[in-house]
Formats: sequence, structure tokens, C-alpha cells
Amino acid sequence: MILLLQDSGSFAFPDVDWGGLSPLLVMAGVPLVFLTVWSLTSHIAPRRTPSIVAVLGGIGTIVAAAIQWGRVSGDDVPGFSTLSSAYSVDGFSMLLTMLIAAAVTLTALFAHDYLEREDINSAEFFVLLMLSASGGIVMAGANDLIVLFLGLEVLSIAVYVLAASHMRRAESQEAGIKYFVLGAFASAFLLYGIALMYGATGSTNLVHISEWSAKLSREGNTGLLYGGMALLLVGLGFKVAAVPFHSWTPDVYHGAPSPTVSFMASAVKVAGFAGLLRVFNLTLGADALADDWAPMIFVLAVLSLIYGTVVGVVQDNVKRMLAYSSISHAGFILVGVEAASDDGMTAALYYLAAYTFIAIGSFAVISVAAPKGDAAHSLTDYKGLASRKPVLALAFTILLLAQAGVPFTTGFLGKFFVIGASIQSENYLLAIFAMLAAVVGAFLYLRIVLAMYSTGDEADAAVTGTEPIPWTAALTIGITVAFTVFFGIFADLMVDLVGDAVPQLVRETAAG
Amino acid sequence: MELTSTWYLVLAAILFALGATGLLVRRNPLIMFMCVELMLNAVNLTFVTFGNDLNDLGGEISVFFVLVVAAAEVVIGLAIIVAIMRRRNEATADDLSALRG
Repeated sequence: MILLLQDSGSFAFPDVDWGGLSPLLVMAGVPLVFLTVWSLTSHIAPRRTPSIVAVLGGIGTIVAAAIQWGRVSGDDVPGFSTLSSAYSVDGFSMLLTMLIAAAVTLTALFAHDYLEREDINSAEFFVLLMLSASGGIVMAGANDLIVLFLGLEVLSIAVYVLAASHMRRAESQEAGIKYFVLGAFASAFLLYGIALMYGATGSTNLVHISEWSAKLSREGNTGLLYGGMALLLVGLGFKVAAVPFHSWTPDVYHGAPSPTVSFMASAVKVAGFAGLLRVFNLTLGADALADDWAPMIFVLAVLSLIYGTVVGVVQDNVKRMLAYSSISHAGFILVGVEAASDDGMTAALYYLAAYTFIAIGSFAVISVAAPKGDAAHSLTDYKGLASRKPVLALAFTILLLAQAGVPFTTGFLGKFFVIGASIQSENYLLAIFAMLAAVVGAFLYLRIVLAMYSTGDEADAAVTGTEPIPWTAALTIGITVAFTVFFGIFADLMVDLVGDAVPQLVRETAAG
Repeated sequence: MELTSTWYLVLAAILFALGATGLLVRRNPLIMFMCVELMLNAVNLTFVTFGNDLNDLGGEISVFFVLVVAAAEVVIGLAIIVAIMRRRNEATADDLSALRG
């Protein structure tokens, strides 16, 4: 069929650089093949197989992305785009691909024992996890707005199901339908934004949009362009949970199963910011345009910082507190986006990388702390956790302190870099807001730490930490804590890595 | 009076606004899904109009992608509703209030 079209000359089949697509192909191919194989072998294979396949698929994607990274890093070999300039392979897309794949690996690692405990274990969870991640990888490399939209939908539709996948908890299904309705609402806005961009510039390709938007801005003919820009921001702001598009976050984080939340807080946020950085900082990054969208991001960042920390402090449910903290983290990353500079972009990427591991570790702790039912997450339930499970409480404390931004953790450096980038772009007001939010936010995390280390009334408080911790969860928590502390002390290693990942906007060229 | 493309764009904007308003004020999940469809189809109309104006096939092709995505979204949404209905008899948005944002 393809040959036929090629021969007739009426359809030019685009050049495909299979190497550049290999991380995506692994992440999308493994679950599809596995689902078929599993339907035939599920009665003889060990029950842990789906989880192992997902972990291996995640590691395979990381390896494939690392190989591609080697091709595109360095000044003499810039990134390139393939598939008629629809998908770009550069340091940026490969770094974020690795982050998303790491989120899949770590989540799949501890998800199996959680799902067994809750009696909801099925291979579909892991298949959907990987398919969702493949959508995120498409978003990370999208060089065309329609491709970005398709990636976002593949990512989201799988996560809607994952959020509702705890069939025995009404809260889980409620979380699923709330996330679905609001997600579809936001997707429609994003799509309308794409349509207006298309109308303004005549193409959905980011390279074309970049050239035309600069030209339109010089001519002062920007009505449609700005409409499109605002609507795109609504759609992407929803995915990264920025105020005022955050209303789903506390409910969904509260209701959805903990492994799903771990994936949402890490991979979905990474993918959302991938789209935001590529569309705004890169495509619409011309100075005249940046002056117009930066104030919108400014408002989102300030609102997210204030709302996330202030409302988070007064919650009494640990899962909800972490949901609000995830909103305020989105605010911090937006501070880096708002700087509209290379430094700001690097800072945002660093923050994303740090937060991905911290969030997965935190939700892995939450998944094993509460007993069956996944419901005992109030602060009183966490009282005395330190005396029952000292190591778990210590690990959670480290992760929470990292979120608060205590030195010698990646969380501190993330906050330091975004605020530094903001000051360098002379946005002193935003930097002050970010610093204040960091101070108030510390109180949020200390409340959880205090609850764990206080001796509650054992009779009615001994709810969490009563069951043995599965080795898979222990391994996940160990990896995330080690990552957070190691790269917090030896900061140069990760800073160099992220510094190589500044995205590029390239037309299709021969692969380097 | 000649129907210029502006008319189509305004119609699409009105449909989009109707869908968005409906989604926010109606309480029946099925009606809410229909409102999402209305919004997506308003976007489709915008795409086709721009594609026609620009004499570019890209607009029309985008519509196919949107249609596929809309179909997939509705399948998932209905499946979640069915899962909820198996637990309780009626499902309006007001019944789903165990979680308070």
C-alpha cells in the first residue's frame, strides 16, 4: 500500500528516522504486544509478569533514549526532526523521554504489591501505564501542534482509566469521572487554541508558526494569534495543574489509587511542561511575543504558588496536602518558564527532573503506609508512624524536606535555580513571591513530619504502618531517596546533564 | 448577502461557547459528554473554515484526528459511567460528592 502510493507519485512518504523514534516505539510497542501475549498466557505465567514487563519496558526506553541522546548532544551534532518535521529528536525531548520512562519504571515497580493488596491486580493497569507514557513521549518530542494534541490525548485517556481503576472505592470512580470531564473540557480549549493558531499562521507546524508569529507580531496583526495562545495556555495549564485550572487536582489525587497518583504527579506533569516549554518558550519565544505571554504565565505562577501553599497548609489529609503541594510545585516551575530565557528553561527542566523522583517516592510511601482500602490518610492516621516504621518515616521525612527545599537535596537546587533565573530576567516581584511560597510551604511539609514523629493516642491512631512493607516499594523509595540526596550533594552531575537539554526548533534535516 | 468565512467562524465560536456553558451548568454526565462533543465539533468547523480560506488541506486533515480522539474519549467516558452505575442507581454530578475540592 505504501509502495503503491510512493510509486504513483501522488503521495510523498516522509523520511522516517527509526532510530530517533525508537524510545517511543519501545514504550508503545511493548504494551501492545504484551497485551496480546498475556491474553493467551495469563493462566500459566507468574502474576508478577505484567509488572516486570512494564519495568523492563521502562528501562528499555531509557536505554533507547540515552543512545539517541548520544547522537544529538554536543554542539557539532544538533537535534533533528523527522516524519516531515512532525517529531523532533533533540536533547530536550530525549531528557523528558527518559524522565517519563523512569516514572513508568518506578511506578510499575511498586504498583504490583499495592494492586495485590487492594485486590484490583490486572495486567491492564501496566498496559495503560505504558500507553499513557507513550503519549507523554509523543508530547515531549512534538514539533507540530496536532501531534502535541494527539500525544496529550493518548496520555490523558489512559490516565482517566487509571484514575478510576480502583473498582471497589467509590472515590476512585468519582475521581475518574471528574478528571475525565474536566480533562475533556481542557482538551477542547487546547484544540480551539490550535485551530486559531492554524488560522493565524497557516500551519500547525511549530517551525512555521515560529516564523510567522514573529512576522505577524511585527505587523501588529496578532488578534487570532493571541486568542490561540491564551487557549493553548488553558489546555496545558490544566495538565500541569496550575491555578485557576487546578480544581480537579485535590479530588483526583485523593480518590485515585496511589500508584496512579504517583504517575500523574510525575509523568503527566513532565509531559504538560514539555508542551508548555516547546510551544511558549521556543516557538513563541521571540522577544516581542514573550513580552505578551509572560504576564499570563506570571499570573498563573503567582496564583499557583499562593493557592497551593496556603490552602495546602490547612488540609488534614496527607494525600490532599501533597496534591496542593503539587500545585505549588507547578507554580515554581512556571516561575522558570516565565523567565523566558535559556536559564529559565534549564531551571524548569531541572526542577521537573528533581520533582519527578521526589513525587514518586512520596506516593510510594503513601501507598504502603495506609492499610488495605487506601483510605486512612488523615494526619491523625499518620501519628506515631515513626515509632512503628522508623525507616519508612525517615525516608518520607527526607522526601518531604526535599519538597520543602532544604539544602543538600535536589528540591533545594530546583527552587534555587528557578528563583535565580527569575532574578536574572529581572522579575524581582515573582522571585519574592516564590521565596515567600517556599517559606510558607515548608510549614505544610513540617506538619506531616510532626504528625509522624508525635506519639498519638495509640488506640485510635495506630492505623498506618501496621503491615510489612513489600520489598518492591522499599526499593522504589530507596532509589528515589538516594537520587534526591546524591544529586543534591553532587549537584554538578545533573546540572550538566540538564544543561545539554535545551530544546531546538528544527526543520527536517538529514539525521546527524 | 454573501456568507463569508467570518460567519462560519462566528458560528463555531457560538457553538463552542454553548458547549462550554452547557458543560458547566448541566448536571447529567451524558449531557455533559454531548457538550464536549459540541465543543470539539465547533473546533472542527473552525479548522475546515480556515483550511478553506488558506487553501490548505491541513485543516481538513486535522478534523479526522479530532474525530478519532472524540470517539475514543466518549468510549472511555461512557465506560466510567457504566462502572459507576453498577454501584448506584443514578449518576448525576451532584451524587458524586464524596470528594470535596
